[in-house]
Amino acid sequence: MPASREQATRVAVDRVACTGHGVCAALLPRQITLDEWGYPIVAAADDPAVDVEAAVRLCPARALRPSRAPRQ
Amino acid sequence: MNELLWYFSRATGVISMVLLTTTLVLGMTLSGRRSARPATSTVVAGLHRWLGLGMVVFVVGHVTTAIVETYVSIGPLSALVPFTAGYQPLWVGLGTIAFDILLAVAVTSALRHRISERVWRGVHLASYLLWPTALVHGFLLGTSDQPLLRLVTVACGVVGMLAVSWRIQATHHDREHRRSVTAQGWS
Repeated sequence: MPASREQATRVAVDRVACTGHGVCAALLPRQITLDEWGYPIVAAADDPAVDVEAAVRLCPARALRPSRAPRQ
Repeated sequence: MNELLWYFSRATGVISMVLLTTTLVLGMTLSGRRSARPATSTVVAGLHRWLGLGMVVFVVGHVTTAIVETYVSIGPLSALVPFTAGYQPLWVGLGTIAFDILLAVAVTSALRHRISERVWRGVHLASYLLWPTALVHGFLLGTSDQPLLRLVTVACGVVGMLAVSWRIQATHHDREHRRSVTAQGWS
């Protein structure tokens, strides 16, 4: 089962689909930074679940899906 | 009351046309070029989504009132089946076609995360058909006898056509990037 959206504080990036618009970096500044070509670099950090949901919905390439932080 | 519905239908039609043109331009901005600032892309993506959804509300109001009012004869069937209206069947029919395409685009976008990307994309591209169809419908039916409304329609047409011609020659950096990577081959 995929992580439920309410609890998802992280995203997974589909790198084949990604077109580098940078929406994820704007909405999820803690876990996403952009490389020099504008593609996301994902860090192990959490952003608010509402922002994760917004980023998944707004990604123009549908390249994001919600994911949960790994259990310690 | 009937007259009020008629005016309401015309007003929502014009608002829909402006919103449709805005949504089209925003969508092409998004697919045509990557903004240097991620915040800009995000605002454009959000506006494209929410103005498009807002437009659906106005279009539903436009279609509903056009059917309910009895000033001209447009039956409920004409909402979905083109060229069945008693009043100006051809030009009302264009509006029906535009409405059908809009429904398809709206539904596939709402279900985007559940359907294949190829299906979504194919249906979404029909927006390029939806826009001129809706504009011709608006120009010939609602606005051609009112100078101000005609001006709005013509302005929408000019802005939209400029944006489309920009979009045709625009190359998205991601596409360029993929092309250059493919050209390198597998060594």
